[in-house]
Amino acid sequence: MTGSSDRVRSIRRATVTILVAALCYEAIARSGYFPAVLVPTIPKIAAALWRSLLDGTMLIHAGFTLYRVLFGFSLAIVFGVPLGIMMARYRPVQNFVLPLASALMPVPSLAWVPIFILWFGLGNTVSILVVFYAATFPILLNTWSGVRSVNPLWLRAAGAMGADENSLFWKVIIPGASPFIITGMRQAFLRAWIAVVGAEMIAASDWGLGWTIFDAKEFLNADVMIAALVVIGCIGFLFERLVFGSLEKATVMRWGMVKAVKS
Amino acid sequence: MRDGVPAISAAGLPAPERWIGRGENARWRVIARTAFPFLVLAAIWEIVARLEVFPRRLFPTLEEVASAFVRLTLSGILPHHAFDTLVRLTAGFAIAAIAGVIIGILMGRFRRAEDIFLPLVSIAAPIPGLAYAPLFLLWFGLGNFPAILLVAFVSAFPVIFNTWTGVKAVKEIWVRSAQAMGADNPKLFRHVILPGALPYILTGLRLGLAQAWRVLVGVEMLAAVPWGLGWMIFGAREFLNTDVMLSGIVVIAMIGLALEKLVFEKLENYTVVRWGMMS
Amino acid sequence: MSHIEIRDVSLVYDTPAGQVPGVQGVSLDMRESEFLCLLGPSGCGKSTLLNIVAGFLTPTSGEIRIGGKAVNGHGTDRGVVFQDFAQLFPWRTALGNVAFGLEMKGIPKEERDEIAFNQLKLVKLEKFVKSYPHHLSGGMQQRVAIARALAYNPSVLLMDEPFAALDAMTRDAMQRLLADVWRETRKTIIYVTHNVAEAVYLADRVIVMTPHPGKVKAEVVIDLPRPRDPLSVEFLDCQKQLLAHLGETHQVS
Repeated sequence: MTGSSDRVRSIRRATVTILVAALCYEAIARSGYFPAVLVPTIPKIAAALWRSLLDGTMLIHAGFTLYRVLFGFSLAIVFGVPLGIMMARYRPVQNFVLPLASALMPVPSLAWVPIFILWFGLGNTVSILVVFYAATFPILLNTWSGVRSVNPLWLRAAGAMGADENSLFWKVIIPGASPFIITGMRQAFLRAWIAVVGAEMIAASDWGLGWTIFDAKEFLNADVMIAALVVIGCIGFLFERLVFGSLEKATVMRWGMVKAVKS
Repeated sequence: MRDGVPAISAAGLPAPERWIGRGENARWRVIARTAFPFLVLAAIWEIVARLEVFPRRLFPTLEEVASAFVRLTLSGILPHHAFDTLVRLTAGFAIAAIAGVIIGILMGRFRRAEDIFLPLVSIAAPIPGLAYAPLFLLWFGLGNFPAILLVAFVSAFPVIFNTWTGVKAVKEIWVRSAQAMGADNPKLFRHVILPGALPYILTGLRLGLAQAWRVLVGVEMLAAVPWGLGWMIFGAREFLNTDVMLSGIVVIAMIGLALEKLVFEKLENYTVVRWGMMS
Repeated sequence: MSHIEIRDVSLVYDTPAGQVPGVQGVSLDMRESEFLCLLGPSGCGKSTLLNIVAGFLTPTSGEIRIGGKAVNGHGTDRGVVFQDFAQLFPWRTALGNVAFGLEMKGIPKEERDEIAFNQLKLVKLEKFVKSYPHHLSGGMQQRVAIARALAYNPSVLLMDEPFAALDAMTRDAMQRLLADVWRETRKTIIYVTHNVAEAVYLADRVIVMTPHPGKVKAEVVIDLPRPRDPLSVEFLDCQKQLLAHLGETHQVS
C-alpha cells in the first residue's frame, strides 16, 4: 500500500523531473542552434497562452472544439448504448449489426473526413460526424459485452422477485452492465478527442483547437501551437480524470464492481 | 419475451442452440448471415445513389466504385499507395515497439527510470497524437520522416504504459523463489520478468498498433507524402473523385480488418489461452 | 391439503452426448410450514429439482402445484436464495437489495424501506442497512439474501445450498439463525444440501436423492425436538440413518 508520505515523495520527484526537462528545453531554445520561431522559449509560450486566454480567442477555440466533441459524443451514446443493449438481448439484431461493426471499426475515423467534406461541406457537421463515428464503436461494443456479462444470477433473482421486463432493464441490466458501459464511454471519449482535433485540422473551419494548431503552422507560430497543445492536453486530462473518474467513483467503484486504481 | 435471459446458463449447462446443426450446412448459414447486412447496406446505398439524393459525382453507384477500384488496382496505383502506407505503419510501429518495451521495462525495474519517464509520459500521453503533427512538420519538414516519427511517437505510449504495468505486476514471490533457486539478474530477467510481463506487453503492442493505424491515415493527409492511402483520399477530394476516395476506404478497411484478424486476435488468443491470466 | 404438490416430475437435458436425464419421476407432497431438505451427492438432480420448483427450468413432463395453483415460470409466491454470494445486486445497499421485490410490487418507498428494515433486523443486520454488498462478509451477504427473499412475503422459500461456501463456524451460526427465522415466519422451505448434519439440524423431513438419473431414494422424517442438539445420541442416530442411505447410493453407482 502506498502511504501519503510515499505520495508526497513521488510528487516531489515528478516535479524535479519536469523542472529538469523544462530547463533542458529552455537551454536548447536559447542556444541558438535552432531558429527561435521553431523552438520558442518557455516564457514566450506562456505569454502566447496568456495572451490568447486573455483576449478570449483560445476560449472560443476551445468552446468550438468542445461543442463538436460533446455533440458527437452524445449522439454516439444515444445511438450506441440502446443498440448495444438490443444486440445483446435480441439475436437477429446482433447478427445484423456485428458484421457491419467489425468491418467499419478498423477504418480510422479520419479516413472519412475528406468524403464527409464533399458530402456535407466544411463546417461543424463534418467534425461532429467524425466524432460520432469514432465514439460509437467503443460504446456499442462495450455495452454489448457488458449486457452479455451481466450475472445471470441477478436476472434470476430479479425475476423471482417479480421484476417485469421494464424494471429488469432499468434496474438490473443497466447497472449490471455499467462497468463496461463506463469503460466504453472512456475509450470513446479518448478516440473522440483525437478525432475532433484531426478533423479540425483537415476540415479547416476557422475555429477550433485543431484548426489553431494547423493554422499556426502556416505562420510559423510555434508558440501558439504549443500553447494550443497545452490546452488540448489539459481539457483531455480534465475529462478523463474529473468527468469519468468521478462518474466511476460515484457508481461502479462505490459498488465494488471494479477496484480502485492504485495511485 | 425473455429470450435474453439465459434460463439455464447459471446451472452451467450448454445452451442447446450451440449443438444444433454443426457441419457444412451450418457454415453456409453463417456465411449467409454475415453477408446479409452488407447486402442490405449495399441495396440502400444503391437506391440513394440512383435516386440522386446527392449529386451522382459525390455519391457514385457501387458499380462506379467497383470499376474505379479495379482500374486503380490494375494500373498499380492503389497497390503502390497501400504499400507505402504499410511501410510507414511497419517502420513507425517497429520503432515504437522496441523503444516502448525498453523504456517500459526500465521503468518497471528501476526506481530512477520510473521517476524520470513517468511524469514525462503522463504529460505527453493525454494529448491526441495528431495534435503533434503540425509541430513535427514544422520541426522536421514535410514527407516520410515526420510521418514515421509521429506514428512511432504516438504508438509508443500504450506500449510503455502496459510494459511498465506488466513488469510491476510480476509477483514478488516469483522473483524471490527464482532467486532462491539461484537465478542471477540476467536469468531472472529472461526467465521470470519477461514471461511474467509478456501478456501485458502483448496487450500494449496490440493497442499501440491500433493507435498507429488510426493516426497514420490522418498524418498522411497532413504531411503531404507523395504516396499513401490517406493522401490518396485527401488528394482525390480536390477533383471530386468520390469513387477513388471510396476505393481508398475499402482498402483501408481491408488492411484494418486484416490487422484485426491476423494480428490482434492472434495476440489476444495467445495471451489468454497460454496464460489464462488476462481477461 | 398439501401446500406443494410435485407430481411425477422429470427433466431431460439435451447434450452433445445425447439426452441425459436430470430428474426422473419425482413425486412429493409438502404441507404448510414444512421444512424439507433435499440431500444427495453432486449430480443427483437436487438443484435441478429446486430450479424446477422455482420456475427457472421447465420440466419435460409432470406437474407442480403450489397452493393448488400450477407452477408456470417464476412468481412472487416463492423466494429464492442461491449459494453464490454474487446474487446480491452490487449497485444497491443491503436495504436496497431487500426492498427490490417490494419495489417491483409498486409499494411506496417509505413503506418498503420499513419492511426491508424489519427483515434485516430479523437476520440481525440492522446495523448494516446502508452498506454495499462488497463491504459485507460472506455470511452477512447470505443473510441479506435471505432477508431479500422473505421481504415480499412469499409463502415458499427455496434455498440452494445457501451456506455451502461459508466456513464451518459461520455456517453453524447461520443454521441457528435460519432455524429461528423459520420458527418466526413459518414459511414452507425447500432446502438443498449435501451436508448430512445440516439436513438433520434443519429439516422436518429429508429426501435422499441418487444420481444418474436423479431419483428419490429414501424419505426420512426427523422427529427431534427443536432447538436440536447436534451432540445428542438421537441426532447422531439420524445422521447414521441418512449416511446409510447415501452409502448404498455410492455402491450402486
